[in-house]
Amino acid sequence: MFKNTKTLSAFMFKRDRFLIPIWVIGLVFFSLIVPPTFDEMFTTEQEREAIAETMSNPAMTALVGQGDMDNYTIGAMTAHQMLLLTAVVVGLMSILLMNRHIRTDEEAGRTEMLRALPVGRLATITAAFINVSLVNVLIALLVGFGLYTLNIESMGLEGSLLYGMVLGGTGIAFAGVATVCMQFFENSGGAIGSSIAMLFAFYILRAIGDVNYELLSSLSPLGWVMQSEVFTGNHWWPVLALIITGVCFMVLGGLLSARRDLGSGLLRATPGKTEASNYLLSPFGLAIRLQRTSIFFWALGLFILALSYGSVFGDLEAFFEGNDMLQQMLVGDHAQSIAEQFLPMILMVISILATVPPMMNVHRLYIEEKKNRVEHLLSRAVSRPQILLSYVTIATLNGLILLSLSAIGMWSAISIVMDDPLSLSTLYQATMVYYPAMLLMVGLSTVVIGLTPKLKIVLWLYLLYAFIVLYLGNLLDLPDWMGYLTPFGHVPKIPIEEISVLPLLVISGLSLLLFIIGFIGYRKRDIEG
Amino acid sequence: MSVVHVEQLQKSFGSFVALKSIDLTVNKGEVFGFIGPNGAGKSVTIRTLLGIIRASSGQAHIFGKDVWTDAVDIHRRLAYVPGDVHLWPNLTGGEVIDLFGKLRGSIDRSKKEEMIERFSLDPKKKCRTYSKGNRQKVALVAAFSSNAELYILDEPTSGLDPLMEQVFQQCVQEIKDQGKSVLLSSHILSEVEKLCDRIGIIREGEIIETGTLKEMRHLTRIQMTVQADQSLTMLKNVPGIHDLANTDGQWTFQADNENLDEIIRFLAPLGVKKLESKPPALEDLFMRHYENQTRMDNSNV
Ligand SMILES: Nc1ncnc2c1ncn2[C@@H]1O[C@H](COP(=O)(O)OP(=O)(O)OP(=O)(O)O)[C@@H](O)[C@H]1O
Ligand SMILES: [Mg+2]
Repeated sequence: MFKNTKTLSAFMFKRDRFLIPIWVIGLVFFSLIVPPTFDEMFTTEQEREAIAETMSNPAMTALVGQGDMDNYTIGAMTAHQMLLLTAVVVGLMSILLMNRHIRTDEEAGRTEMLRALPVGRLATITAAFINVSLVNVLIALLVGFGLYTLNIESMGLEGSLLYGMVLGGTGIAFAGVATVCMQFFENSGGAIGSSIAMLFAFYILRAIGDVNYELLSSLSPLGWVMQSEVFTGNHWWPVLALIITGVCFMVLGGLLSARRDLGSGLLRATPGKTEASNYLLSPFGLAIRLQRTSIFFWALGLFILALSYGSVFGDLEAFFEGNDMLQQMLVGDHAQSIAEQFLPMILMVISILATVPPMMNVHRLYIEEKKNRVEHLLSRAVSRPQILLSYVTIATLNGLILLSLSAIGMWSAISIVMDDPLSLSTLYQATMVYYPAMLLMVGLSTVVIGLTPKLKIVLWLYLLYAFIVLYLGNLLDLPDWMGYLTPFGHVPKIPIEEISVLPLLVISGLSLLLFIIGFIGYRKRDIEG
Repeated sequence: MSVVHVEQLQKSFGSFVALKSIDLTVNKGEVFGFIGPNGAGKSVTIRTLLGIIRASSGQAHIFGKDVWTDAVDIHRRLAYVPGDVHLWPNLTGGEVIDLFGKLRGSIDRSKKEEMIERFSLDPKKKCRTYSKGNRQKVALVAAFSSNAELYILDEPTSGLDPLMEQVFQQCVQEIKDQGKSVLLSSHILSEVEKLCDRIGIIREGEIIETGTLKEMRHLTRIQMTVQADQSLTMLKNVPGIHDLANTDGQWTFQADNENLDEIIRFLAPLGVKKLESKPPALEDLFMRHYENQTRMDNSNV
């Protein structure tokens, strides 16, 4: 059953020699960069108390979990604000890695070739689990010792190691969860989807538990993460519980996997439609159908993000009071309220994030091309502009919807937590001014897809640049022109600035030009595949 | 009247020349076989004809219209089946067939059902669960249930089982009987032999031979085996004789068709005891072209 597990495991490491370092370095870097920043930002006890107060509200508790608010040291702060979210990302990493080795390979028919060799039936699954566990142990050790070497007073050796171990434990637990989930579905999409749904469900279970009903949190592995009380109580049982959970799930997954055929799931796929519904029968309908799931989840995610940003507006004044560093990040002068100064920065972040899905909508056309599916349309009575237009239309509409949802989400939360809330129309206007900038990015995507799709990575880097420069620009004292290199830098910062129409018109005009260039290019180039 | 007309078509990808110069014509009501070794340029030619890639130079017309500028118009009257059919994993076969039908023009439900029946396809299944052959059937059903005038088929049967292969051949026969035209690229020689009126052989981006099977047979040599009282060594001087060899008194050689008469006259007085002649099999006919290529490839290494 387990023959050749070791060989397979080594082979998997070899295949992942680029992917694993990216995850590990990313996660370790992320974990180590934050505590020193906190340490610099909150030097006095008074500042720390102020932020503790800001963070002590149900919305924040639901988002990041409970913390030790009475003794809010830098360590407690790190554990409170960072640990849970990092653990979720580690869990996600485990799910994706497990899936990559088990279902994706199976779907591509690679496992079949391995099975034909003298390889045990449970060898792939065991090898994958061992691999992912080792990656998690590595993360645990690097983060653990790394935090300790930061030499921050409230972060001792035990707490630091526990912090790392909790992360690693979460990873192992969700590697186990993934092995079970992926047995039920016929395709890797369903396998990944159900595993992530489990992660999400445990997160929500914990959120409800933390806010209302403690017992529920104890039922969720993500609840245990916070119950370890890193840097304050330092309980080690959650690490053990997480690892045991992982191993138990893994064993269950192995048992289930022995009962299913290669390439199928325990749940039979239900028969689908014999005939297509009318809305599918056009390039536009098809393009929507292919992307509707991801469109929906991005919208949901962004809405939740907007809600949670909105919920911090209640105690903003206390949050910023007496903290020079945070105040430096604000953009306005001091005539306006903190909320009004804080709003443009948040909206800028949200609108850059909201630009990702529309860009993906356009890039999707290239994915279709790479998979040789555009030729089915082009070899029928469908013109190239018609196809490109479908994707561009979806992108522009999607952007409009996402910005609207963000504005509504922020406003809903703000109107609950603020005594004197900003009006919906102010918020909506302040958000919508980013639409032309978003269109410009969609226009650039159209040009890239229309002319040289290989360059699409450059666009993502450009968006990343915009994010970094505009988000951290004030803090790092970057010159203004660096922000002006991006369309987002020219957007008027409502409500602290007057709305100025000229830059918006110029950006819109440029976008239109880009769309035209993209369409002309797409009419002329070879379709790959 | 020609339905497809290609003249000196060239296509390069960067510095690599995929098509050197392609000339071919498919007439109305005829099935044109398009054969050649792997990588010869069949699919590139077909993709150019479909306006999916753009020719570097040369002329290509379908129904008298330019394949690049009038692509959409042309495609209303044409059906295409690729060799490697990639479909959307989360749509069902039935949905894909409807989509394809609608994108061409309209869906003929009764014909679609008939074809699904004949190819015994389960249209309720998601495409991700289809085998290679079944994905191909989806494309074939979509093509044959359309009312096209020209069918462009690029290795359409590479994944079909023998039974389905037969159904496919019937379908092609039927559309041919209706006076429609077919451009069929294939590696299955028996299929080509059975279905095609004319054949074009492509190698390294060039059409090296075109004609009916009969004409092509005529161009090749006949394999002969002779046993005679006297020695046949003298045969080597007769024009049209190749590869003369003697094993245990049996003489074997190849004879050019056009010299047959002379050769027989020469043999007649030599006391022939046994004379066998084999017409060239289709395989041999094509192999010659395929082999040359391998030889050249090897010598390049
Ligand atoms: N997009 C492309 N870029 C670069 N080279 C290409 C491209 N498409 C095809 N080629 C090359 O052109 C040549 C002809 O390929 P083509 O697919 O037409 O062969 P084929 O005759 O269809 O072969 P097969 O019988 O294997 O299907 C090959 O050498 C191939 O590598
Ligand atoms: Mg081909």
